[in-house]
Amino acid sequence: MGENMIDIYIMGEHHRVPDSLTILQALEYAGYRLIRGVGCRGGFCGACATVYRIAGDYRLKFALACQTKVEPNMQLAMIPYFPAHQPRYRLSELKGTAQEVLNIYPEMLTCYGCNTCTKSCPQEIDVLGYVSAIIRGDIPLAADISFDCIMCGLCVSRCPAELVKHHAALLCRRIYGKFLAPRSEHLKQRIQEVKTGKFTAAIAELKNMPPEELKKVYANRDIEPEE
Amino acid sequence: MAYPSPLNELATRVAQTRPERLKQSFPRLNAEEKNKLLHEYHPDYRTDTFSTLRVGPNAGDRTPRELAILLEGESLLKETSLSINQPDYDCDVLVIGGGGAGCAAALIADDLGAKVIVATKLRLGDANTMMAQGGIQAADKDNDSPALHYLDVLGGGHFANTPELVETLVTDAPEAIQWLEDLGVMFDKNPDGSMKTIHGGGTSRKRMHTARDYTGAEIMRTLRDELKSRPQITVLEFSPAIELLTDSNGTVTGAVLLNLNLSGNALSPNYHYTIVRAKTVVIATGGSGRLHYQGFPTSNHYGATGDGLVLAYRAGARLAFIDTMQYHPTGVAYPQQIIGQLVTEKVRSLGAQLLNVDGQQFIFPLETRDVVASAIIRECQKGKGVVTPGNISGVWLDTPMIEILRGPGTVKRELPAMVRQFARFGIELDKEPILVYPTLHYQNGGVAIDPDCRTNVPFLFVAGEASGGVHGRNRLMGNSLLDVIVFGRRAGNAAAQTARTRTANLELTLKHLEKWDQELQKNNLAPVTKSPLILPDYTKKEV
Repeated sequence: MGENMIDIYIMGEHHRVPDSLTILQALEYAGYRLIRGVGCRGGFCGACATVYRIAGDYRLKFALACQTKVEPNMQLAMIPYFPAHQPRYRLSELKGTAQEVLNIYPEMLTCYGCNTCTKSCPQEIDVLGYVSAIIRGDIPLAADISFDCIMCGLCVSRCPAELVKHHAALLCRRIYGKFLAPRSEHLKQRIQEVKTGKFTAAIAELKNMPPEELKKVYANRDIEPEE
Repeated sequence: MAYPSPLNELATRVAQTRPERLKQSFPRLNAEEKNKLLHEYHPDYRTDTFSTLRVGPNAGDRTPRELAILLEGESLLKETSLSINQPDYDCDVLVIGGGGAGCAAALIADDLGAKVIVATKLRLGDANTMMAQGGIQAADKDNDSPALHYLDVLGGGHFANTPELVETLVTDAPEAIQWLEDLGVMFDKNPDGSMKTIHGGGTSRKRMHTARDYTGAEIMRTLRDELKSRPQITVLEFSPAIELLTDSNGTVTGAVLLNLNLSGNALSPNYHYTIVRAKTVVIATGGSGRLHYQGFPTSNHYGATGDGLVLAYRAGARLAFIDTMQYHPTGVAYPQQIIGQLVTEKVRSLGAQLLNVDGQQFIFPLETRDVVASAIIRECQKGKGVVTPGNISGVWLDTPMIEILRGPGTVKRELPAMVRQFARFGIELDKEPILVYPTLHYQNGGVAIDPDCRTNVPFLFVAGEASGGVHGRNRLMGNSLLDVIVFGRRAGNAAAQTARTRTANLELTLKHLEKWDQELQKNNLAPVTKSPLILPDYTKKEV
């Protein structure tokens, strides 16, 4: 790959790795066979939350190991598990009100508004924005702002008020999806039609069709235009 | 512009041909042309990278060499002195796998009052389901029907699919969507509540339901949250199954799990096992992209190593369609750090075109995945690919075209995950085209099942990507998320119902392994490795 090798430190131990690697790849390059702290490797699962600093700089930085390139003199640590509070509730027993979110997560009201959560989010979500929406009782907005959350929990790890924001946001999205979003009439209707056997004959006809004829029907099927 | 200058210059050709391409529509291929393209360029048709299985229910069938080695492997339990008579857990339904199919199965079995245990290799929800971006199909619009969906699935699968499974998939689909909505999944909708739906490759109607480009993640985090809200379900994380348990009649009675937290890894001499006795077992272990067939990069989850196929095969389950894998046409070819990661088909659904080094189209972008992948491989083999600094050949996917066709801001609104992923490496998806090459994406085949997910091994059920038949020889976008929900629910239902017919006092043996070893010996086979693989090893390798 025509590498430039750089110095990094993993749990305090010195390693030399190519500078083109992500943190996750660098850990493996250094010989770590990962079990915890690794998941989809594509920025979707939030398993590889990691914390680091650069030598000489006092600030702690947070990132997804699979999405962040190594830098010279990076001092790395994995966060294999972060013990975040997760109250149990049954969505089917809720009514879908904003107050229910605050009943389940009352600590949301203790937010200081320091915005550390937003700064720590690897998805660049306006975390404080959705926390504020939850406090104001605006579930649709909280659901919308938090939609791209991958549940890595970095916002929780940094929160001085110890709020479990990502779980509260998930509750908002589930409430929105079940109770607040308008339901599809065409979906209800289609389920009824399937139940009454409206399509049974048409599918049976295709199932029993000789292969060559089926291929013709397929090739000649009309295709809904793009626009 | 984040591309190094040679690539930057080539990218300008893409911009130059845009006005001309706006006026043209690249023609679709006819059946004969598609066939020719597949036979000449699709990886499934290569002969040098396949092996013929010599033992087990599929002896005589061909499969990629990497899978054959594992299927013909020997048990990790061989030469260990494991006491299996005192189970650590007893349950009605043991679900192996904590992805979409496993969670759906567990929830439905729990609804029916079954005592459920979910065993999963990594964290609950760490699975390919989480990474599915594009959407989930269901024929619920007025201009659509399950029969049209059926036809599309059959055509996409080259008419090899098991018809009963396809019928089940398409007729259960609308109810699967409603079930997800009831659990709180936020689908993209119009203000009147109707679903926003789009095309996928090979679909005759716009029936792809989406949740931005986090559709799988949205489904998975919802299922996981629901499962965690049910304390009566036991979840054993970091506990992959490494062998099934059977009784003297060869019926399944449970499984042996390996505790990864305590054992370190499978090569550790200090194993820690968990024995689960179960009246029924559902295998929902997903795919096998991490076996890197033919050296391809993969879009798959770290845990996708085909373990369920190995376990089921050794217990006598018949596999189907294990000679066909799906290579998603658009894996990332640049930047190096994210090679093989998926560029969702939704990008092409929204109007992005595929272009060679001259900035010319060479395939209708929404042909089925195997056809598009073959066309890209052809273009690169012909020397019409774009060679990256990592010496990989790829083709352009013209994402700025989406902004021209659908208005400024569409890319950021519809593809936030993609935008974010590329922005991390300085590439602006709405302004610059990206480089792609096929990536190993899906295991089309798996354990043969009936519409209730039964296998030929009594009390063993399989759902999701670990099963085979519904997608035939090629899967359409949006039918895997549908598959995991439809068949996950069915497996949970059938397993819970079947468990009621069985006594609690089940015999726990590993007699099927003795039989397996005898078969290996009879065929003079010295296994190349122990299996299942559990996790890939990326330490100290070229990256």
